[in-house]
Amino acid sequence: MALQLENISKVAGRETHIYPTDLSLDAGTLNVLLGPTLSGKTSLMRLMAGLDKPATGRVLWNGNDVTGLPVQRRNVAMVYQQFINYPSMSVYENIASPLRLQGLDKASMDRKVREIAELMKLDSMLSRKPLELSGGQQQRCALARALVKGADLVLLDEPLANLDYKLREELRVEIPRFFTESGAIFVYATTEPSEALLLGGNTAAMWEGRVTQFGPTLKVYREPVNATTAQVFSDPPMNFVNVTKAGDKLLFGEGQSALAFGDLLALPDDCYMAGFRPNHLSLVPLDGQVLKFHAEVTVTEITGSETFVHLQHADDAPWVALAHGVHELSIAQMAEVFVDVGNIYFFNAKEELVAVAAATKAA
Amino acid sequence: MAEIHLKQLAHSYLPHPTGSQDYALKRVEHVWEDGKAYALLGPSGCGKTTLLNIISGLLHPSEGQVYFDDRDVTSLPTEQRDIAQVFQFPVVYDTMSVYDNLAFPLRNHGHDEAVVRERVLRIAEMLDLSAVLKKKARGLTADAKQTISLGRGLVRENVAAILFDEPLTVIDPHLKHTLRMQLKRLHQQFYHTMIYVTHDQTEALSFADQVVVMYDGDVVQMGSPQELFERPAHTFVGYFIGSPGMNVLDARVEGNRAYVDGLSVPLAYSYDAIAGTKVEIGVRPEFARLMSREDAGGSGLPVTVKRIEDVGRFKIARAEFLGRELNVVIPEGIPVSDRADRILFDAQHVNVYADGWIVKGRAA
Amino acid sequence: MKTWNNKAWFMVVPVVILVAFSAVIPLMTVVNYSVQDTFGNNQFFWAGLEWFNEIVNSERFHDALGRQFLFTFLILIIEIPLGVYIALHMPTKGWGRPVALVLMSLPLLIPWNVVGTIWQIFGRSDIGLLGYTLQLLGIEYNYTQNTFDAWATIIVMDVWHWTSLVALLAYAGLQSIPQAYYQAARIDGASRWAVFRYIQLPKMRSVLLIAFLLRFMDSFMIYTEPFVVTGGGPGNSTTLLSIDLVKMAIGQFDLGPAAAFSLVYFLIILLLSWVFYTVMTNIDKQER
Repeated sequence: MALQLENISKVAGRETHIYPTDLSLDAGTLNVLLGPTLSGKTSLMRLMAGLDKPATGRVLWNGNDVTGLPVQRRNVAMVYQQFINYPSMSVYENIASPLRLQGLDKASMDRKVREIAELMKLDSMLSRKPLELSGGQQQRCALARALVKGADLVLLDEPLANLDYKLREELRVEIPRFFTESGAIFVYATTEPSEALLLGGNTAAMWEGRVTQFGPTLKVYREPVNATTAQVFSDPPMNFVNVTKAGDKLLFGEGQSALAFGDLLALPDDCYMAGFRPNHLSLVPLDGQVLKFHAEVTVTEITGSETFVHLQHADDAPWVALAHGVHELSIAQMAEVFVDVGNIYFFNAKEELVAVAAATKAA
Repeated sequence: MAEIHLKQLAHSYLPHPTGSQDYALKRVEHVWEDGKAYALLGPSGCGKTTLLNIISGLLHPSEGQVYFDDRDVTSLPTEQRDIAQVFQFPVVYDTMSVYDNLAFPLRNHGHDEAVVRERVLRIAEMLDLSAVLKKKARGLTADAKQTISLGRGLVRENVAAILFDEPLTVIDPHLKHTLRMQLKRLHQQFYHTMIYVTHDQTEALSFADQVVVMYDGDVVQMGSPQELFERPAHTFVGYFIGSPGMNVLDARVEGNRAYVDGLSVPLAYSYDAIAGTKVEIGVRPEFARLMSREDAGGSGLPVTVKRIEDVGRFKIARAEFLGRELNVVIPEGIPVSDRADRILFDAQHVNVYADGWIVKGRAA
Repeated sequence: MKTWNNKAWFMVVPVVILVAFSAVIPLMTVVNYSVQDTFGNNQFFWAGLEWFNEIVNSERFHDALGRQFLFTFLILIIEIPLGVYIALHMPTKGWGRPVALVLMSLPLLIPWNVVGTIWQIFGRSDIGLLGYTLQLLGIEYNYTQNTFDAWATIIVMDVWHWTSLVALLAYAGLQSIPQAYYQAARIDGASRWAVFRYIQLPKMRSVLLIAFLLRFMDSFMIYTEPFVVTGGGPGNSTTLLSIDLVKMAIGQFDLGPAAAFSLVYFLIILLLSWVFYTVMTNIDKQER
């Protein structure tokens, strides 16, 4: 089983929601669509489900063209950000509803409903109405209904966005467990990089109607092919500084220089954009080949275990450093910050990744 | 600006509450100091919005009083309290321009147009709204609308406090960051008293000088982010703050040792006989280490590592210890041995709890 | 290759047939009459646009049209503000809410000719409560003799019958405003008027547009109620367009002119609705 999108696009009026995209999802995989609001996550899901007709391209299921097939005739389940259940039916009836439509006999239906209810920790509230449940339980009920159907394709559109932080954390751990047992293709849309990382699987980074990169989640995180993907997959945002390569020397903004090594040696002499993640910008000196920058502190946020330091470095866009532990820094003070050259990404003028130092590569 | 004092405050939404279970807010005695940034953190239904609405005057408390400095404002209506509030969903006056939105509270108070203009322009400058002043408010993005709601509060001089009710709910993660920073910067520039209600620990901890954790109508702990992180006063705080939450194990404590299923865990402090039926120890995943039996040198709890989740900045090891789950946070760049089967705790950060509440030890 | 099929069109067929029989075919019949002349015996002669010419230039049509505009204008400026005012004061919670909703719906449930009959009796000075009371108070009131009284009666009757519709629509619009808006307004120190002007009115605008269009079209086509009460009198003073049309078609059996009359009437309604709708939605767009 596999779902393939070939050159698929979506246009509404004069606006293009999805630019021509190729994407291939394998059976039994969890695929995250990661991108900010309006980047095209929901549009792409609707095309996968057959809720919308693509402007161009084909949708293939196991090699069969299903482009024109309406959603009722595809085996698809969907869960939305809002908790959508039948309000007048009990939790049991809600979960059983897709099975009834399939015409399953009573005994096996009952068995399936109870099985999934136990998995979802809903077994004690089967006779209740959805509106009597908490938000987390309501969403569990919607998830159970989607899973019990045994659909080949399960689409989850920001299912945890309306839940409390802690509930989100719990369900986030549970969701990957369900999917490994079902063998279906799961597609999960989210705006949060940390959620993608916790879910694992594959990630498609999305930006303004385009899939900028698709691959195993950690690989996309560690080796973004361009600055856009790096930015989509970085929370807080990535820091950038200009760098010039001359021979085996790398010259940074303030005149810091470093020796090129590894992949960097093969780069032609030119100007590049160097990017590094906030957690790689350190407030304390590091070992190895390290660059030292001077930046003005604009704001500090202390979370107890970590400190976010917002900085203004020369004329660059604002920087953020995410440091372990508690660091008290006063506003407008000049701070010394350090970054290991091994953690820097090099992007060319077209914002494509041209080199990545060895230390950050995915295993 | 003012100090806000809540005196023996309690609230029930029922007309005739009979027991403590009928109260959405149970007996709160609390002082919000002038000029500080506070966060009110807790799960939904813990009473934090109730408390906020009592401060702003949208709700009249069943019991107790609210004082702004020496003034009893308990029965004053909202409009006379000099409070600014930013709501969960952006509230803007759709048909007005951004300028008129910002000017609205000033005009309502009958200020001179020249004064209005001067203040609106200053606030707009501060909030990066100068470029959109002439636009209609309704066409703007959610984050711009939230900025406008904030601006409507800031234009008024002598605001006693600015209240935020989960203001970043509808904001994209990328912009959340920017808005949060902007708030923090405003606070560090002007020192308004700010009270920020949220269920999101990152927002609460990064925003506030002092975080008030609420649970089931009670204030469970108040402290700096660091105190909440390192010394949670209640196991609930340990669970609710931190991701993953604190590891909690049933234990028996004698002197400076805790015994978990007969295995000894060293403690940094010494404890006398502990009153209470249920004694537990709590350790944050950040203060636990995973290592092999040889490296542990005979100490540590024996565990089976179930799986390791690489979440980029760090890894989370999910391990099992006698049927209970223990989590360990492993910083980026630190290798995990395949033979890791022991968990060691940092004695300085092992807390002892009796019936859920922290027990203070003596220096050993 | 399976493509998007056109089955959905079959679902629409019953409606298309229904509309054809109920609207398109009668309309075409009218168009047919309007360009012909007949002297009975099923004999028809081509008349071209003569009837249109006659109608558009006739004083009788102009007068009826003038009265129609006056009537519609009056009921709109009374019913829309009054409906909004009532909606603002309807209870939003507790037992008062369902009671108010039921009371407001009652006038809408009464058949049009019954409304006419009720007011016809209500206003009579011998047995009607209103007419008799006014008589006792020494106020001369006779809707069959006095033009002003006749007008007052049909306008009050229409207001009584239809303000509920505006009120219910406005009420629905008000209910959709989140509480946070009111709370924010209190914090901003907004007056009651400012709350109405900047929160309630903008949020009610789309439902008020619907209310306005419905009331405009309905009142422009009104027939039954004033006909039952005044029969278009005294004289022709309350003869609105539709009453005039019926007089022409049934009373005088002038099929050709009546058909031309109805088409002109129809076009006027269509044109005005279109103008109102476009203007109002454009205001909406400009403000974005």
